Amino acid sequence: MFGKLTLEAIPYHEPIIMGAVAMMVLGGAALFAGITYFRLWGPLWSKWLTSVDHKNIGIMYIILALVMLLRGFADAVMMRTQQAMASTGAAGPLPPEHFDQIFTAHGVIMIFFMAMPFMVGLMNIVVPLQIGARDVAFPYLNNLSFWLTAAGALLINISLAVGEFARTGWLAYPPLSELQYSPGVGVDYYLWALQISGVGTLLAGVNMITTILKMRAPGMTLMRMPIFTWTTLCSNMLIVAAFPILTATLAMLSLDRYLGMHFFTNDGGGNAMMYVNLIWAWGHPEVYILVLPAFGIFSEVISTFSSKKLFGYTSMVYATVCITVLSFIVWLHHFFTMGAGANVNAFFGISTMIISIPTGAKIFNWLFTMYRGRVQFTVPVLWTLGFMVTFVIGGMTGVLMAVPAADFVLHNSLFLIAHFHNVIIGGVLFGYLAGFTYWFPKAFGFKLNETLGKVSFWCWLVGFYLAFMPLYALGLMGMTRRMNHVDNVIWHNYLLVAALGAAVIACGIGAFVLQILVSVLNRKALRDLTGDPWNGRTLEWATSSPPAFYNFAVDPVVTSRDAFWEQKQTTGAGLQPLPAYGKIHMPHNTGTGVILGGFIAVLGFALIWHIWWLAVAAFAAAVAVGIGHTFNENRDYYVPSETVAETEGKYFKQLTSQV
Amino acid sequence: MAAAPFLSGCDMALLDPAGPIGAEEKSIIILATCLMLIVVIPVIAMIFLFAWRYRASNKAATFKPDWDHSSKIELAVWGIPCVIIAVLAYVTWVSSHTLEPSRELVADKKAVEVEVVSMDWKWLFIYPELNIASVNELAFPAGTPVHFKLTSATVMNSFFIPRLGSQIYTMPGMETKLSLLADAAGDFDGLSANYSGGGFSDMHFVAHAMTDDAFAQWVEKARAGEGKLTMAKYRDLAKPSEKDPVSYYAEVEPTLYHDILNKCSDGSTCMDATVSLAMAKEVAGGDLQLCNPAKPRG
Amino acid sequence: MSNAHSVAAADAALLHAVEAHDEHHHDDGSKTTLGFWIYLMSDCILFAAVFAAFAVLRGQTAGGPDAKELFSLPYVAGETAFLLVSSFTYGMAMIAAEKQKQSATLRWLGVTLLLGLGFMFMELHEFAELIGEDAGPDRSAFLSSFFTLVGTHGLHVLSGMVWMVTLIAHVLRRGLTHANIVRLTCLSLFWHFLDIVWIGVFTIVYLSGVAA
Repeated sequence: MFGKLTLEAIPYHEPIIMGAVAMMVLGGAALFAGITYFRLWGPLWSKWLTSVDHKNIGIMYIILALVMLLRGFADAVMMRTQQAMASTGAAGPLPPEHFDQIFTAHGVIMIFFMAMPFMVGLMNIVVPLQIGARDVAFPYLNNLSFWLTAAGALLINISLAVGEFARTGWLAYPPLSELQYSPGVGVDYYLWALQISGVGTLLAGVNMITTILKMRAPGMTLMRMPIFTWTTLCSNMLIVAAFPILTATLAMLSLDRYLGMHFFTNDGGGNAMMYVNLIWAWGHPEVYILVLPAFGIFSEVISTFSSKKLFGYTSMVYATVCITVLSFIVWLHHFFTMGAGANVNAFFGISTMIISIPTGAKIFNWLFTMYRGRVQFTVPVLWTLGFMVTFVIGGMTGVLMAVPAADFVLHNSLFLIAHFHNVIIGGVLFGYLAGFTYWFPKAFGFKLNETLGKVSFWCWLVGFYLAFMPLYALGLMGMTRRMNHVDNVIWHNYLLVAALGAAVIACGIGAFVLQILVSVLNRKALRDLTGDPWNGRTLEWATSSPPAFYNFAVDPVVTSRDAFWEQKQTTGAGLQPLPAYGKIHMPHNTGTGVILGGFIAVLGFALIWHIWWLAVAAFAAAVAVGIGHTFNENRDYYVPSETVAETEGKYFKQLTSQV
Repeated sequence: MAAAPFLSGCDMALLDPAGPIGAEEKSIIILATCLMLIVVIPVIAMIFLFAWRYRASNKAATFKPDWDHSSKIELAVWGIPCVIIAVLAYVTWVSSHTLEPSRELVADKKAVEVEVVSMDWKWLFIYPELNIASVNELAFPAGTPVHFKLTSATVMNSFFIPRLGSQIYTMPGMETKLSLLADAAGDFDGLSANYSGGGFSDMHFVAHAMTDDAFAQWVEKARAGEGKLTMAKYRDLAKPSEKDPVSYYAEVEPTLYHDILNKCSDGSTCMDATVSLAMAKEVAGGDLQLCNPAKPRG
Repeated sequence: MSNAHSVAAADAALLHAVEAHDEHHHDDGSKTTLGFWIYLMSDCILFAAVFAAFAVLRGQTAGGPDAKELFSLPYVAGETAFLLVSSFTYGMAMIAAEKQKQSATLRWLGVTLLLGLGFMFMELHEFAELIGEDAGPDRSAFLSSFFTLVGTHGLHVLSGMVWMVTLIAHVLRRGLTHANIVRLTCLSLFWHFLDIVWIGVFTIVYLSGVAA
């Protein structure tokens, strides 16, 4: 009846896990009670969960990302604590079977459920506005993509309370991840969580490419697109090209585990090396999927806050495209130590270091954007400067490891861990946090508290260096990754510093949460009525904040790069009221996405626990709901011109009352 | 271990190599880092310099809001990295070949052959020429090349002695090769550098580089060890275990390594036998009848 | 839709802009088709990964039967014929749909569906025979990759057929509306795409497997 699921699956005897579960349950209950008490279920359903408005979906993505950031960071703290406490021969608080789940979960959560949703969220909020569109190409699909991602995240969180998570490392290399060596449900949670959210990501990629290619405002040629839109386009092309490889690879591993096939098993002629190749053929592009949009954010931020055009727009675009293409021919640098031979290693080493050329060019372009500008040290600029310094160091250690002969000793060491956190925290995360602060007023109509933002930035920056510079040193000392315990006094001291660094980063996250709370409470004082708080350059600033649900009452017409800046230069002002407005064609909200997401989460759970009847039922229900949705004829409507005129009138009245 | 809390060249295993492979890898790390610092240091300096000089409050600085292109600068920012990467690419090409792990080191003395098997969670070292084996302890004469052939009995691991240089994966059903040399006698930490499950953290061993005499004594010690490592004993050893003490085997089943590599240590058909059977079928046009192909050896 | 504009706008230029944006935002089907193309390209990469796995593992028979012993080219030629003809009949359905001939469209769709069913039946029959001969997907890596590659294609055909039934219902309900033509076009892309993939399967799995 319940497949492999029994009450034994709940780890009652693990106080740490039960504590975390209790917190999750209490938090969920409090949220549930609060929503019920304030009678918010109705609005929540109709305005958010079923929303097809790209701005609302973007906000939901980012909320998901921030919640998962806390979860993933809690894992990081536990890892740092364990290694600091278990480096002089003691066992430390976490036994291997628990520790091994934590480092797997940390990687999976941070990449798939923190960075990816954060990125997709920012794109969702910003890109349609930047290109002067009313929505994305497929609004319902957008909602569905979000719910598939959320379903994956839900499964990962359930694994904490029911059963276990994978103990394989975040890429689940076979044969360790095969049934023979991982008989539990941990790897199955891993597989289905990633499969489901991966499909969501793929659909989001299709959606975003179509949006950018088909829905740009009249006059916005490709070479007039804002850089963030360009990097989004390239990043999504990578998603569409790389994620199917992940889907296929994980499917093959699932077939091994569920149907006894022999793709990667030790017996039957399986080949585990093929998995390693395939997973990195997705995994390396994934790195650029994450970092390209961050590059776009830095470009927007540095140009806006230097009050200056971006230096070298054209070379920036070409650099982005170069990186996009090159990212597919470097995957083997993740396993030079497999013994592929000198020619193969050298080819992939050199192709890897070639990527540093366009990346370096980008750094110089940001530098020369500041040059002869007027740089304001706002929070987004601090993130950008912190990024530039940090990323240059991370890039250097990356190129170093691209030399196979150097990688033979640095591979899998803490030097590697330091390197990729150097680029992922210093590049990706700093970028997203810069974007978060930069576009927050656009999404919510008020700015974030500047002081707490700076506190958060400095804690993150200092904490990052404290946490990861010791890891570089430890790597050079020969300490490898994923160690549950060691016995080495000198390493212990470095690990203590790294743990201190994690504590400082915790302060940074605390300040960030506090910043949001304080800003919400203080929102009247931080209110931005203009819609253009930073004297922006691109079209997203040419609307009210938050924008009306239809974004633009009238299509903007674009005649150059930095379209809004040009408009302000020629007319001397931003948005102007018009004598009359037309009606606007908009999509209806739909509950199909959230319902489908729910059924698919059930399907995933049933497959993980081998509850076959439930899997069949959930699958049938999902198919029925999906097909049923195609018969829904009432998908869109026209916003009457009076409503548009009224909404716009309110905004302009607000503007004048402020002056 | 030294008492000082933070140290220093000597504790940096990779910067204190004890053999030619490690030494070359160290010099490549240093060379590559220096090459890159040619760009990295000026860039970091420029970040601070530009940000400070062109701060909004500095009204004395030039302000050119529409300046966004300079062919000279573009040429420099694409050109200089290209030159550095070209140099680095050359270094990469050459060093990938000279330091290719499977390339056998040559020295005056005849190399020692060692067959390495990573197991859950211990290391088995077989000395085919000496017909001995050891668990969780490696010994070899200093100044003599050691040619490793490596495989895994279960999952992937990575064989790594940081102070001697290159690591290499051990993978089930596959063989990798590695050649190392220790300049002088010494004890070096060795470990698995690829996570392999619950007992992974204790999967370390000491590699003793010895004088020829000491090594001869060590071989004698091994010969006084636990008797012959037969297939049955191996299957016993293969059961997952952690923190296994060092042990020695006076003799080894001759086909042991072959059978582990070909996944037939449990008595099933060996991989190489299956392959030759398939080839035989190919030649005979598929009509060949072979009943119960026996294992070729052992 | 432009006749729906009864806005008494004073500004002629404004009216023009409003009209322009309306067209700009109302999908004429080109967004859907482009989006579907992009999806198909990603599907193509999915197949590429499975093909790659097959290429790596085709020799790994683990003592079990190999392609030469298992596959019968005439049988597979039959499967191929079903699929290729079904592509043709789908093409006929599209021509009829463009001419707004509803019953002809439905007839051709029905024929396509039957041919698809024939293909699926033959494929499942082949699978059942193989499994019966102890040559199932768990026998060897070669057979795992064979069943997965052919099965992935088969699952696509199956979902194409479910989709086709859905579209027949749509056409019966609303006729050959603009929205339904866009849907039929997407399925047409999908169906022809599966044909192309099958040509790859036929060549790489069966032809070269038996010839090698």
